[in-house]
Amino acid sequence: MTTYDIDSSNANAIEARDMSIYYGAFRAVNKVSLAIEKNKITAFIGPSGCGKSTVLRSFNRMNDLVPTARTEGEIVFRGKNLYAPDVDPVEVRRRIGMVFQKANPFPKSIYENIAYGPRINGWRGTKAEMDELVERSLRGAALWDDVKDKLQQSGLSLSGGQQQRLCIARALATQPEVILMDEPCSALDPISTLKIEELMFELRQRYTIIIVTHNMQQASRASDYTAFFLMNSERAGELVEYGTTEQIFHNPKDERTEQYISGRFG
Amino acid sequence: MSAESINPEERSVGVLPEGPAVKQNIARRQLIGQIWRGIFFFAIVFGLVALLTLILDVVNDSFGLIATQSEVDEQEITGGRELEDLSQAELVAILNENLSRRVLTRLNREQPLEERDAANLVEVIETEVLKTELVAVFPLWESLTQRAAIEERVTERFPRAELSWKAWVNWDFITTPMSSVAFNAGVRTAILGTLWVTMLTALIAIPVGIFAAIYLEEYADHRVWYNKIIQTNINNLAGVPSIIYGMLGLAIFVRVLEPFTSGAFFGVSSGGGATLNGRTILSAAFTMALLILPVIIITGQEAIRAVPNSLRQGSYGLGATKWQTVWNIVLPQAFPSILTGIILAVSRAVGETAPLILVGASTFIVTDPNGPFSKFTVLPIQIYTWTQQPEQEFKIIAAAAIVVLLIVMLFLNATAVLLRNYFRSKRVSV
Amino acid sequence: MADQARARAESIGVSIPTEATVDLSKRPHIGETIIQAILFICGVLSIFTTVGIVWVLFQQAWLFFGDPEVSVLEFFTTFRWVPEIGLFGVWPLVTATFMTSLIGMLVAIPFGLAAAIYLSEYASDRVRSVVKPLLEILAGVPTVVYGYFALGFITPLLRNIFGINTVNIYNMASAGIAMGILILPLIASLSEDALSAVPQSLRNASFGLGATRLETAIRVVLPAAASGLVAAFIIGISRAVGETMIVALAAGAGPNLTANPFDSAETITGHIARISGGDISYGSIQYTSIFALGLLLFVITLGLNILSRRLVARFREVYE
Repeated sequence: MTTYDIDSSNANAIEARDMSIYYGAFRAVNKVSLAIEKNKITAFIGPSGCGKSTVLRSFNRMNDLVPTARTEGEIVFRGKNLYAPDVDPVEVRRRIGMVFQKANPFPKSIYENIAYGPRINGWRGTKAEMDELVERSLRGAALWDDVKDKLQQSGLSLSGGQQQRLCIARALATQPEVILMDEPCSALDPISTLKIEELMFELRQRYTIIIVTHNMQQASRASDYTAFFLMNSERAGELVEYGTTEQIFHNPKDERTEQYISGRFG
Repeated sequence: MSAESINPEERSVGVLPEGPAVKQNIARRQLIGQIWRGIFFFAIVFGLVALLTLILDVVNDSFGLIATQSEVDEQEITGGRELEDLSQAELVAILNENLSRRVLTRLNREQPLEERDAANLVEVIETEVLKTELVAVFPLWESLTQRAAIEERVTERFPRAELSWKAWVNWDFITTPMSSVAFNAGVRTAILGTLWVTMLTALIAIPVGIFAAIYLEEYADHRVWYNKIIQTNINNLAGVPSIIYGMLGLAIFVRVLEPFTSGAFFGVSSGGGATLNGRTILSAAFTMALLILPVIIITGQEAIRAVPNSLRQGSYGLGATKWQTVWNIVLPQAFPSILTGIILAVSRAVGETAPLILVGASTFIVTDPNGPFSKFTVLPIQIYTWTQQPEQEFKIIAAAAIVVLLIVMLFLNATAVLLRNYFRSKRVSV
Repeated sequence: MADQARARAESIGVSIPTEATVDLSKRPHIGETIIQAILFICGVLSIFTTVGIVWVLFQQAWLFFGDPEVSVLEFFTTFRWVPEIGLFGVWPLVTATFMTSLIGMLVAIPFGLAAAIYLSEYASDRVRSVVKPLLEILAGVPTVVYGYFALGFITPLLRNIFGINTVNIYNMASAGIAMGILILPLIASLSEDALSAVPQSLRNASFGLGATRLETAIRVVLPAAASGLVAAFIIGISRAVGETMIVALAAGAGPNLTANPFDSAETITGHIARISGGDISYGSIQYTSIFALGLLLFVITLGLNILSRRLVARFREVYE
C-alpha cells in the first residue's frame, strides 16, 4: 500500500497508519494509511460498503462501541496513537467530535442539547458563561438567528436541516479540533444541504473536517481533499486514491477512481 | 369457456367455477366469513361480559338490605325516646343501670365512660346492652327487586328484626380493625399491612430491577457465558408460580434469616406489633420483591432497548462516558415505559396472595402494623380468609374488601397511565 | 463570501486548546467502575433467587424422601395422599391439577385464540385501543378475586344448570372455568403477538389469489404462526398449573382421585396453600412434604416454560 502524504506547509491534524478494522473474523477495512491536513475539508467517497464510514468512525474510536470490532494499526493525533492502551476513548471523542448521518438531537431543549457536552466533560462556569457558550456554539453552526427565541423548546421541534445544524453546534460546544461528519446531508433536502456545506466552509477556519459522502457533487464542490475507497476482492475496504479534490476529480491517477467518478459503477 | 377447451390435448386440470357458480361460491364463502367473524367477536364479548359479571357480582354482594335484631328493646331502656336524642349523662346512666360490674370495669379501663362522647356511648349501648345482632343479609339485586318477599320472610323468622339498607364498603369499614364479628369487622389493619408490604417491596425491587435491566441492556456482553445465564435465568424466573416464591420466602426469610427479619438482631423487642419470629412485614416484602423483580427487569429491558441507538451515539460522540450516557440520555428517554412496568409489577404485588399464605400473614390481628418487624395481614389474605368462612355475612365483607382492593389497584393503574402521559407530553414539549 | 466567512468564524471565538492542555491519557473512572459493579451485582441477584429456590426445594424434598415413612416409589405409584396417616401418593393431587388446568384451557384457548384472531385480523385500530386495555384489566384482577367469583357466582350457576345434587359446592369445574377466564387475556395477547408477527406480504399473497379474510386467517396466518400460538398455549398451561388462589377457594379441600369435574378435589397448589396456612411445625413430615410438592410443581412449570421459549425462538427464526 502506498502512503499518501499531502505536501503542505500545514501540519497534519490526524493521520491513519496501516489501519485495519475487523468485525469478528471479517476484515472490513484493510491497511488504510492517510494523513488529514489541518483546517481543511477532506471528503471520503466510494461505493456503499467500501468501509469509508468505518474508517471515519475509527478516528474517534466510535467503533469501540461495536462489541465485535477490533483494530490493527494506528491513528495518530497530536503525536499520540489513539489506540495506545493508555488512551481514553472518552477523552478522544471530546477532542474529535462527530456528526451523524441522521440528525440525532437529544429529546431535551435546544439549550440543553448544547449544554450537555460541556457539562458531562466537567465544564465549570456561571449560568451567564453557559449562555454565552450556547450562543457561540449556535452561532458557529449558523443556527442562532433561527432559534434564539426558542432555546427552551425541544430540539426535536426543529426542521431536519436545523436539527443537523443543532448536532453540529452540539459538537462545537465541546471545543473539538477535528469534526467527523458521517453523511450529514443524506437525509436533507437540497437547500438544507447547501446550508450545511456553507457552514462547513466557515468551520474550516477553526476546525479540521472529515466528511463521508455518497454525493459526488458534494465532494467536488465542498472539499479540499478527497479520498476514494473501494472494496477489494475479499470485500475489505481499501484506500484507492487520495489527493486534492481538484486532482481526484479532474486528473485521477487510478483507473478505478476515474470509473467511479464518471459514474460507471457504484 | 372452461379450462379444457383452451388446451384440449392435455390431461384434465379440473374445473374452476364459471358464470353463476362463481357468484354462488363467493356468496357462500362470504357468508361463512361473516359467521366466523361473529364467532371471533363473540369471544371478545365473552371476555368483557366476564369482567363485567365479576365486577357486578362483587358490587351486588357489597350493598343491600340487612336485618338486625336487638336482644333488648330499645324503647324499654330509654323510656320511649331515641338513643340519639339522649344526653351524654343519660347515656352513661343507662350503661350503669344495665351492665354488670365486670363489664363496666372493663369499659372504664379502656376509657372512662364519663370521658366518652355521645356517639361512642350510643355504640357501646348498641353492642353491650341492646346486643344488636345481624340476623340476615341480602344482596343488592334481590334487595331491589324482591323487597316485599324479603320483608315477609324476615318478619316471619325474626319478628323484632329491623330491615335497613347497608353499604358494606364505607368509611367505618376502612378505618375499623378486624373483628371476629363480621358486622363490626373492618379492613384497617389489612390496608395498613398492604401499604407497608407494598412500599417495602417497591423500595427493594425497583432500584435492583432497574439496575439489573441497565446492566443487561447497556453493559453486559451477551456473548459471555455468565451474561447469557443471567438473561435466561430471569426469563425463567418470570414463569415460576408465585407459590414457589412463597416457599422460598418461608424457608429463607422466615426461617434461616429469622434473626434479621424478626428484628431480634436489631434489638427489637416483642410487644407493639413485633413478633420475634420471622413472619413479619420484612419477610413478606423480600419475598414479594423477588417475585416482581423479573417483571421489572424484563419490562425495564424492553424500555431501554426502545431508546434509539442514535441518541447513545450522539452522546458518546461528545465524549460522554457510559454511565453519563445511561443516566442523562437513556434513562430519561426510557423512563415512562419503565414506570409503567414498575406500576404493573407493584400492582401485581398488591393483589398477590399465595406467597403470603406461606410466609405467614396473620389472619386475625387487631393492632396496626407499626414497622417492618410487625406481624401483618394484607387485603388479599383477608379476602381469602373471609371467603373461606361458611357464614354468608363473611362472604359479604369479603366482597366489600374486594371492592376496596380493586379501588386501590384501579388507583395505582390510573396513576400509571397519568404519569406515563405526563412524562410523554413533557418529553415532547421540552 | 470568503471574507464574510472569515469574519463570522472569528466572531465565534471558540478557543482551540494548546498543546499543553491536551492530554489523551486515561483518567481513572473510579465512579464508573463502582457503578458497573453495582449494576452487575443487581443482575447477578436473580441467579441467587434461582439457586435459593432450587436449593430450598431440593433440600426439603431430600428430607422428605429420606424419611422412613416415605419413598420415591410410593410418591409416584400410589393413589392416596393422607399425610396424617403417612400416605403420600401424589396422584390425586396431580390429577386434580390436570383436571382444573384442562378445564381452564378448554375455556381459555378457544376464546383467547378467537379474540386474538379478531383483534389481529379484523379489528380496527379504534376497537383494538378499547378492547386491549379492557382485557388487560381482566388479566390484572387479583386471583383471589377470581376465587371469590368462582365460589360465589360460577358454582351457584353450575348448580342451577346441572342440579344441586350433581354439582358439589366445591368443584373442579367451577375453579377451572374461573381459571380459564383469568388466562384468556394472556392467551389472547400472546397469540395476537404471534399473529401480528406474520408478515403482511403473506396475507396480501392470499388476498391476491381471491381468498376471503377468514380463509386467509385460517389457512395462511394461523399455520404460519403455529409455533408462536402453541408457545402461547403452553405458557397458559404453565400458568394454570401454578395458579393457587382460585383452586384453594373453589376446588375444595382434601385430595380426591376423581375424574368427575363436579366433584371436589385438591390440586398441588391448593394443598400447599391449605397445609401451610394452618399451624405446621417446621421439620415435620407435613412441612417437608409441601416442598416435595413444590419441587414437582417447579419442574413441571419450568419444563413447560422452556418448551414454550424454544418454540418462540423457532418462530422468530422464521420471521425475523
